[in-house]
Amino acid sequence: MNPIPPISGLGSAVALFLAQFTGEHNSLHPAGPQASDIEWLYWVIFWIIFVAFILMITGFARAAARNRTQAAEMLPIMSDPEGDRRATWAVSSAVAITVLTLFAVLFMSVITGKKVEGRTSTNPITIQITGHQWWWEVQYPSPQADQTITTANEIHIPVGRPVVILTSSADVIHSFWAPSVNGKRDLLPGYSSAFWIQIDKPGTYPGRCAEFCGLQHAHMGFSIIAEDDNTFKQWEQQQLKPAADPADPEAAHGKQVFATHACIMCHTIRGTDAGSRMGPDLTHLGSRQMIAAETLPNTRGALAGWIIDPQRIKPGNHMAPNLLEPDDLQALITYLQTLQ
Amino acid sequence: MNMALSEQIVIPQGNAELRLARTWAQPRGFWGWFMNVHHTAIGVRFMVTSFIFFLLGGVLAAMMRLQLSRPENGVLGPDLYNQVFTVHGSTMIFLFAVPMMFQGFGVYLVPLICGTRNIAFPRLNAFSYYLYVVGGLLLWVGLLLKTGADAGWFSYVPLSGPEFTPGKRSDFWAQMITFTEVSALGVAICIATTILRQRAPGMTLNRMPIILWEKLVISMAVIFAMPAVMVVSSMLLMDRTINTQFFNPSVGGDVLLYQHLFWFFGHPEVYIIFLPGTAIVSTLVPVFTRRHIFGYIPIVTSVVATAFLGFGVWVHHMFATGLPQMSESFFTAASLMIVVPTAVQFYCWLATIWHGRLQLKLPMLWVFGFFFVFLIGGLSGVMLASVPVDWQVHDTFFVVAHFHYVLIGGALFPMFGGLYFWIPKITGRMMNDFLGKLHFWLFFIGFNVTFFTMHFLGLRGMPRRVYTYTPEMHWGGLNMLASGGALIMVAGVIVFLVNFFQSRATGRLAGPNPWAAGSLEWAVPSPPPHYNFLELPTVNGREAVWDALPNQPIVTGVRDDIPEVLVTNSLDSEPQHKDELPGPSIWPFLTSIAVSIAFIWSIFSSWGIAYGAIPVVITLIGWLWPRGHSPAPRLETRMEGTWTR
Repeated sequence: MNPIPPISGLGSAVALFLAQFTGEHNSLHPAGPQASDIEWLYWVIFWIIFVAFILMITGFARAAARNRTQAAEMLPIMSDPEGDRRATWAVSSAVAITVLTLFAVLFMSVITGKKVEGRTSTNPITIQITGHQWWWEVQYPSPQADQTITTANEIHIPVGRPVVILTSSADVIHSFWAPSVNGKRDLLPGYSSAFWIQIDKPGTYPGRCAEFCGLQHAHMGFSIIAEDDNTFKQWEQQQLKPAADPADPEAAHGKQVFATHACIMCHTIRGTDAGSRMGPDLTHLGSRQMIAAETLPNTRGALAGWIIDPQRIKPGNHMAPNLLEPDDLQALITYLQTLQ
Repeated sequence: MNMALSEQIVIPQGNAELRLARTWAQPRGFWGWFMNVHHTAIGVRFMVTSFIFFLLGGVLAAMMRLQLSRPENGVLGPDLYNQVFTVHGSTMIFLFAVPMMFQGFGVYLVPLICGTRNIAFPRLNAFSYYLYVVGGLLLWVGLLLKTGADAGWFSYVPLSGPEFTPGKRSDFWAQMITFTEVSALGVAICIATTILRQRAPGMTLNRMPIILWEKLVISMAVIFAMPAVMVVSSMLLMDRTINTQFFNPSVGGDVLLYQHLFWFFGHPEVYIIFLPGTAIVSTLVPVFTRRHIFGYIPIVTSVVATAFLGFGVWVHHMFATGLPQMSESFFTAASLMIVVPTAVQFYCWLATIWHGRLQLKLPMLWVFGFFFVFLIGGLSGVMLASVPVDWQVHDTFFVVAHFHYVLIGGALFPMFGGLYFWIPKITGRMMNDFLGKLHFWLFFIGFNVTFFTMHFLGLRGMPRRVYTYTPEMHWGGLNMLASGGALIMVAGVIVFLVNFFQSRATGRLAGPNPWAAGSLEWAVPSPPPHYNFLELPTVNGREAVWDALPNQPIVTGVRDDIPEVLVTNSLDSEPQHKDELPGPSIWPFLTSIAVSIAFIWSIFSSWGIAYGAIPVVITLIGWLWPRGHSPAPRLETRMEGTWTR
């Protein structure tokens, strides 16, 4: 990620201008074939309309300069049949060129659309994304229930393999968008749809909700982590395991706190009594890089702040404040961090 | 020769003038204000009221720019921010753009340009104004009571439904829609009827000024588009108040149905806002290039085609919902096709300027601003029409940039041009040229700084409607730049207000036709008397004043002791008969209050419409009660006077 340039002078304006051609959260910085196809189309249309803009503005500037008069009084009305005759030809030709250009745009647009939607595979990774106010439920479905992975906000995929994303929503309309991976797709309650992504370069690619979904629409991020096949397999194996029983006494106390406080009302930790599906699955919370839908880093301090007063960090979200004793809070965080 | 008609008309006629003034007089005083049914008064009220809503909406915009100027800014919390952007969008679309561009300019100008003495159905027209005011107040009182609508200006379900927005917020929004759309429908009927039946003899369809064509076409578009949004806002209201389940997916309701119905209105709405802008441009360009417009027929055809095609592109607001590719391609094609009529208009304006003698007066400066700004918005629209590119930029700041270029470019720049052009007619005094130019440059520069920047933010992944963002996204610099531009725009609008109040008090007297323009509103004094025309004109060409013959005849035989107008036929504007228009009345105001009570009551109780209908019926009886005076001219169906043609 590039640092933010200070606002001073032309240099930083140029830096600002250049800054948008870098960064991972960027439509024009594709990491996979779908985003590349769209980027290609974007630049083709960009240059077409750029040329059209220059031609039109030049036309208006020349027309304005041509017969301009500075007279203060309004001049009498003139007629110019010869000019009108020539203008008829000019306007007709311009319209013809416009129509042909638009046909070209339509053709390229339809072709690109087919290409983006056509990058499928018979043996894909399948991921079910369910939008919630204001987090993402991520499932890797399997015919066997115990082979299904459930996690939240962090999507792992292997590099270079087509992935099909199935969409649905648990409440309102959300929209799944990772700009450097593909365009967005709405998650509509009552509808499901499928679209394909693929990432060719290992890395972390951020995404956000793009359809206004209420109070915390601004804090509804996710990330796609593209990794090589082996790392992905390892991650998959780890995610399939239920949570390990804590070894040290503090973590064991933390597990107790989790089970006896409000946490258990909403969250699942597989391998324990906690099984509610209201909030994100926390079975492997410790392995995630961010919490609260990419709002905070997954650190002790952030976890503590989030557990005690989530309403300060994401006002209006559906998690209630938890007034825990300091010892209980420390133990709970220790326990959550063991959930690797 | 150019001034022949207007000179002929300002000659004092002694008794006739007094009689007309008495016949068309509007009552004064406090209650008189509510009884006034003259189109110039109602038109000015629409303009002033919608401009006040524009200023209020602008305050909300400034609040949003303040909040977004820095990452993790704490000026507005999410709850307030959501109300602010929802009310900003709803205000600008429903309470400013349409009431100003369609109702304001239309009601004021159409009867004058037609050469008649008042709008058709003047009481319906006044009624529509009061209803619009109540609708606007409803939304804004809601905001000030912290129950402002907060689900966005298109209030998608299920977010705006009973489950996710409890309370009354979305009900206020939905009823505001009903108020403003009933108002627009009423005015559309008045304007269409005036244009089709009250044009001056000689103003055949083929000679109708382009602005009248556009007002006619827009009236039709309003009549076809507004019912869709009234249906959808009423369905939402019923879901929320009487437990219907139109949009509840868990029992088989459909969230996409809402989007289809809303955008079936929503996209024509864009043209309802934009076409009046192009009509102002088509009116101003010939005046300031001192020639008739080039390509009258292509321009009129384009206006009609745009309004027609505007009903076939709504799905391009829904490309990200995952519709089948075939239907998406159809709507891409339709969206690209609608570029053609707008391109035709641009080429015709260019040709007119090219072959004319440009006098770059203040109103024309704004027209050039329109060319620049709208061109960018229209061209970025080509990107949005393409389905794959739209998947990327949809619902981001790129779209925010695009539609501000289209709407501010397509409506606000022509509006300011139109105001500088017609305010001398309305107030009788010229605006200050220097302040006007200062206003233009501040607004033009500030606008481009603010909104061009947003294209980059959108491409860099900033979704619209976020109340804040983290520093890690690196959107801070561009947002700060955009907020700075907004400040410059605000300064420009303040200069306009100063200019308006100063010139209204001390400006140079305008006289009937300061721009030596060609349409009929310039053939009457500024400001026009309540009877508009002392002598009813006849028309000899597309620009009535420019094309008038030295001995252009006038209409005689229309009575001046009752408020009578000449009725002509739709195609050839041949005189058919005369009709007495209703005079001042308090009933439209009382009826609007009764209707408002029913509408607002229905938010709080499902019985509101039932019981609320009773006062509506009572006031309607009062409104429609036969007065019974002067029956004779009503029965007269042929010309009684002589045409001195």
